[in-house]
Amino acid sequence: MARTSAVRKVVAQPRLLDAPARAAELDRLIHDRVRLGIISALAAQEGMTFSELKKALNLTDGNLSVHARKLEEAGYITAEKAFVGRVPKTSYRLSEEGKLALGRYLNHMEALIAATRRGPSNP
Amino acid sequence: MGAPVDLGARAADNLRYIRETIESARTFTAVPGWGGVGLGVIALVASVAASRQTEPRGWMMVWLGAAALGALIGLAAVARKARRLSASLSAAPARKFALNFAPPILAGALITVVLARNGMYGVMPAVWLLLYGVAIVTGGAFSVPCVPVMGFCILGFGVGAAFVPAEYGNLLLGTGFGVIQIGFGVWIAVRHGG
Repeated sequence: MARTSAVRKVVAQPRLLDAPARAAELDRLIHDRVRLGIISALAAQEGMTFSELKKALNLTDGNLSVHARKLEEAGYITAEKAFVGRVPKTSYRLSEEGKLALGRYLNHMEALIAATRRGPSNP
Repeated sequence: MGAPVDLGARAADNLRYIRETIESARTFTAVPGWGGVGLGVIALVASVAASRQTEPRGWMMVWLGAAALGALIGLAAVARKARRLSASLSAAPARKFALNFAPPILAGALITVVLARNGMYGVMPAVWLLLYGVAIVTGGAFSVPCVPVMGFCILGFGVGAAFVPAEYGNLLLGTGFGVIQIGFGVWIAVRHGG
């Protein structure tokens, strides 16, 4: 019974349930490990090239491309394509929307941890 | 009690992952560009001062003095940049850089002692340039891509110093430590935030 009660307390956090549906959707988008990594790396660095991100996150070209495109379509990151000589170079930056999404995600995680720490006995 | 514990643990794991990724990404800016420019200027001044020495020991002491001053300026510049970026010097990126940068420098110091004891001053420019170049390449593997490139350039000067007559050693030191570090330092400062 204690288990059920604790689950309810975690899920019933106002910050989690009262958040707009869009925010919940955004959370799911960056909850994926690879996309969370991309967002986090770009939060630390003003701009990173495709190869820098690939090296930092230890990803394959295809994997990074797919996930970066999803974040780009959501408006979380911006991509700038250029040519250095004849070599194409793509640079990514975190957009304002991406910064907000990461902030919301961090709040979400901290709320979960806080709720778990409070446990079933405290309201 | 499994579900709430799992949720909290997963959330903590996610936060840890974010923190580690941010730390890892910050390795790209570990090297201070303006600090490199400072080191380059010191090297140019040392090159001129060393060329005026009449004794090989005096020549070596000028370069060792420049190395000591450069180390102080380099450390101060790294600390300043880390503070500005809110990066910890005990965090993984700084540790990785230091662990890869330090061994060739320590080896160079030890070899210098041996060479000085045997009066082999003419070999020193090649040894210094080669080992400093190696240190920059290995430490720079955790920094922005142009840092290891700078290391390879300095290595190139070291290779040159190993095969040209000893009288060109001072010129190669001034160019390798001075001009190269100033050029790359400005590039790093402009492109990678100071």
